[in-house]
Amino acid sequence: MQIEKKILKKGSLGKLFEKISASGRRILAPAQDGENIFFKEVSSPEQVARDYIQTTLSAKSAVFPACEKLFGYKFEGSQVKIEDRDLNFKPTVIFGLRPCDARSFSVMNQVFTWDYQDEFFKKRLENTAIIGLSCSKADQYCFCASVGGGPGDSQGSDILLTQIGSGDYLAEVITEKGKELVSIVPELFEPAEGEDKEKYLASMPKQFELKELSEKLPGLFNNPELWIEQSLRCLGCGACAFVCPACVCFDIQDEAKKEGGIRLRCWDSCGFSLFTLHTSGHNPREAQSQRWRQRVMHKFSYFNDRLGVIGCVGCGRCSRICPADMNLLEHLKAIAEAK
Amino acid sequence: MEELQKKARELLESQAIKVIIGYGKGSSGQARPVFIRKPEAVDKLILDESCVQNLAVYLLKPEVKALAKPGIVAKTPVLRTILQLASENQIKDGELVVLGISPDNKLIEFSDLKAIEDYVSGLSFEYSQADKALLEKLEKMSQAERFRFWQEQFSKCIKCYACRASCPLCYCARCMVECNQPQWIPVAPHQVGNLEWHIVRAMHLAGRCVNCGDCGRACPVGIPVHLLGEKLAEEIFKSFGLRSGAKVQGEYALGAWKLEDKEDFIR
Amino acid sequence: MTEANIYKPYLMRIEKAIDEAPGIKTFRLLFVNEEEGKNFSFKAGQFGEYSVFGQGECTFCIASSPTRKGYIECTFRQAGRVTQALANQEEGEIIGFRGPYGNIFPIESWEKKSLLFIAGGIALPPLRCVIWNALDWRDRFKDITVIYGARTVADLVYKYELEEWSKREDLKLITTVDPGGETPDWKGEIGFVPTVLEKASPSSENTIALVCGPPIMIKLTLPVLAKLGFKPEDTFTTLENRMKCGLGKCGRCNVGKFYVCKDGPVFTLAQLNTLPAEY
Repeated sequence: MQIEKKILKKGSLGKLFEKISASGRRILAPAQDGENIFFKEVSSPEQVARDYIQTTLSAKSAVFPACEKLFGYKFEGSQVKIEDRDLNFKPTVIFGLRPCDARSFSVMNQVFTWDYQDEFFKKRLENTAIIGLSCSKADQYCFCASVGGGPGDSQGSDILLTQIGSGDYLAEVITEKGKELVSIVPELFEPAEGEDKEKYLASMPKQFELKELSEKLPGLFNNPELWIEQSLRCLGCGACAFVCPACVCFDIQDEAKKEGGIRLRCWDSCGFSLFTLHTSGHNPREAQSQRWRQRVMHKFSYFNDRLGVIGCVGCGRCSRICPADMNLLEHLKAIAEAK
Repeated sequence: MEELQKKARELLESQAIKVIIGYGKGSSGQARPVFIRKPEAVDKLILDESCVQNLAVYLLKPEVKALAKPGIVAKTPVLRTILQLASENQIKDGELVVLGISPDNKLIEFSDLKAIEDYVSGLSFEYSQADKALLEKLEKMSQAERFRFWQEQFSKCIKCYACRASCPLCYCARCMVECNQPQWIPVAPHQVGNLEWHIVRAMHLAGRCVNCGDCGRACPVGIPVHLLGEKLAEEIFKSFGLRSGAKVQGEYALGAWKLEDKEDFIR
Repeated sequence: MTEANIYKPYLMRIEKAIDEAPGIKTFRLLFVNEEEGKNFSFKAGQFGEYSVFGQGECTFCIASSPTRKGYIECTFRQAGRVTQALANQEEGEIIGFRGPYGNIFPIESWEKKSLLFIAGGIALPPLRCVIWNALDWRDRFKDITVIYGARTVADLVYKYELEEWSKREDLKLITTVDPGGETPDWKGEIGFVPTVLEKASPSSENTIALVCGPPIMIKLTLPVLAKLGFKPEDTFTTLENRMKCGLGKCGRCNVGKFYVCKDGPVFTLAQLNTLPAEY
């Protein structure tokens, strides 16, 4: 579909939210919560956080919740009855998603739809439309341009908004879903006269050559010193994986009561020692350095080799929240420059 | 800072220790843990108000232990942690060199753990203004209001275990939450799973937590989990007159029974 | 859901529970829903996720041959939470099964070749499905040799089948126990599997080798196979790794760019040599 350019006046946001809500869709947008910003259900643009670089948690829980029931089961005499789920998800619009996060949906999609089709993810994604928001600012943790993205990248957004000089938004309608959204309240989207978004975007130079990094990595597998040095201060928590918009590893757990129970899946991280622990006690990744190596190699080498996408969108969340200041970008630069 | 760097260089050159666990310059004005092994690299060590992380957490990490005998830069919270770890038999005299840092950033050398105990006994210890205010606010709430407060806070919890990972006293090789026979605590980040995790952790740390505040700092979603530790520390003091991180051979309030223990919780 | 919930298991009734060896059991499972049972098929090498509702899921290969319809079998050792719970299930009870997952032994490409099976202890089950598959298609293959050993006589699994196989003319069976593991009336070999293999010295000409066993056995067997002239592309094994979903999504079994649940568990030695040593 050819991208259509429109203007959305800044004063129209209220009406836009109103009409979207009235159409039966819920709106998720970044909202301030003390010092953090989370995606929450909002009804008006006043509730949306302003003037920030990035949210604390990603929006991935909209399509991949932290905790998801897979099915229920009941014991009935000598029988077991499985109660399958009815997957009816309320149509959702994610408003104000950064371009890096918008790209992460296609990364997640690769995992959930290669070969076996994960209907939990698919149905949620089908019912989700994304109104992205370009970045006019970035901080030292961002590196979207180094992994193929950019502060005004339209990939993954159904509509991408860029705030221009007048305070109004240049709205690029990118997909059919975006067109559908526009059709709910077409009068708010006026024709755009040759607006160029480039000058309103944050400066985001490339910090390392992705190609160089990907080529170096396989050879660095057997360089334990590199991985040990980089991960000495890593505490082995799962914070980086859980805030990451592209991390989708999960655990499957049964929760039982006497008469029945449920099987659910929840977020998990390759950073935990338990992740690869065999019942026999053997752990292929016993040391934190091996788990750190897996994190980097999986995102930047294995994932690409297997599923054709880089498993990182350069949002910088992992580095912002790391209690030990691991700083992924620094480590990646060191690897790209390693001999 | 120069004092510290000088001492660090001396220790490394004489091979009295093999690694200095200290603070270095991190991203965006923070400090970050550094592991200095070469004497020439001691100028990476910094010392200022950004140096707050409790470095004692690295003393028991296998990867750091593998670097052999460490020296550790120790402000007051780290000193108290070292005493607590000593009273739990996790570290002994001679296993490390402690480079104490006084509240006014002067270097203090300790000959042994007892010397740390003597020094710490002369320090006063207070929670931050923000923490005190929030604790007071919670104290004034009814039990139902307090429970609602914590339920709301725990609803943000994603079970990343950053609180556990950053805590020097959470050193169990196999944490209770990792036990699946039986699965004491549900793994999933739902209401029950989150509440049980935080309550169990708080109870396992009651009387042991040195109130360094790292757990609250580590939490990516801003849950003030360190307040649970602060409240329980006060309760332990009220009921048993004991404080953690004070003695080389400290007592664990919840692990000992004495004739004079009050039983007024039995009504 | 109208589309398949890929995490939903089949309901299976335990028709038979057999105590193979101390701590090792075999279940013969029937589909509770007969229609599902009729439509179910798999190929040798594939595995499933077996579950006790309320305890969790566990990964084992399907140990019965795909040529036998209507039921599947699995053999497992009681080791952790789910296997203990499985072992406590009785005949007639219902468990869950998801599958078949994973890649297959390319048995159909081995026509006119000889097959050499080498297994140790609890690792015979993954190869047993291939052995019976081959026996059910006997005239497609030349010689079939099985070398199987365990620590002690009691630890041998499928004792009743070993008995059967030893009487067959179209299969050469060599059983062995570790030195000290024999009983007074033991008639088989005494020695570690790699040693017995070297002694038997089977021909590598036009032969496919299938090896499965504990890591130490594999480590010592592979050089012997190499010495006997077996090429890495003709040596097959099946890997065990921590798995959860079995579908290539949860990430646990990821080794290098492979997922053991999708690109394995069957690997040739040639492929194994390209994997990082993280399994």
